[in-house]
Amino acid sequence: MNAFGGPFDSAMLSKWVLTRAHPGWLELRYRAHGDDWCELELPWRADLVGDERRPALASGPIMSLMDMAAGMAIWVTNGEFRPVATLDLRIDYIRPSRDRAPVFGRVTCYRQTRSAAFIRGSAHDGDAGDPVAEVSGVFMVLDPARMR
Amino acid sequence: MTALLTAYARAMGIAVADGEGPAAPVLTLDFRHDLEGRPGAWHGGAIAGLLETAGYAALHTELAARGRDPLLKPINITVQYLSTGRTRASHARGRVVRLGRRNANIAVEAWQDDPSKPIASAVMNVLMVDAVD
Repeated sequence: MNAFGGPFDSAMLSKWVLTRAHPGWLELRYRAHGDDWCELELPWRADLVGDERRPALASGPIMSLMDMAAGMAIWVTNGEFRPVATLDLRIDYIRPSRDRAPVFGRVTCYRQTRSAAFIRGSAHDGDAGDPVAEVSGVFMVLDPARMR
Repeated sequence: MTALLTAYARAMGIAVADGEGPAAPVLTLDFRHDLEGRPGAWHGGAIAGLLETAGYAALHTELAARGRDPLLKPINITVQYLSTGRTRASHARGRVVRLGRRNANIAVEAWQDDPSKPIASAVMNVLMVDAVD
């Protein structure tokens, strides 16, 4: 099934994009969204640890979390489910996440042109005022009719 | 060479393709549905995870050659996506651009068929804290 090109529906979208492929493997969960933002949860899992001395989530899955939250923020912002491609993504790791803690990623799409979407957001492990990472990036919004 | 790979990297399926000698190793990750983003393309986060793992592998190799074993803490990573990752294996290798006492700067490239045609690149800064005996 390919639902690209359809209108945005958070329930449908979460069910379709978060249960399959890479987000499905990471078990990403939808938390909330607004007019121009989306928040997802990355549950803690032993096989996603990045340092054998500490049971905290690795930075790699946090990048996937923020990339996915960014894509969904772009979809809620333009109210349409068009495929996106990451062009540039920067993450600053402010501190490690707590042991065995899930990480929540909230990303805002603060500017959208015809083909580029600019995003920024932050990740935290329970207290949004004490983030573990900050992210910014640019995505290209693709034309579903031109996808191979 | 499994010490180069974290639990996350092993769960992703990342393997050391060429880890002999003093050069930074080439890491390989075969494509599978678990790594897919939009249909027919690698997920940007999976590519970033491969790039970052290759960056750490390059840094570990460089530090081992100098007899150093500090704690590594990520400062940041910037990933540039250059072309769509198609549904086949991807490879990545890092290069330590600058190795200081407290921080390292690492450049990483990922490719599929031709190392001269990267599909993504990254720049990473890593903080190094020497273990206190």
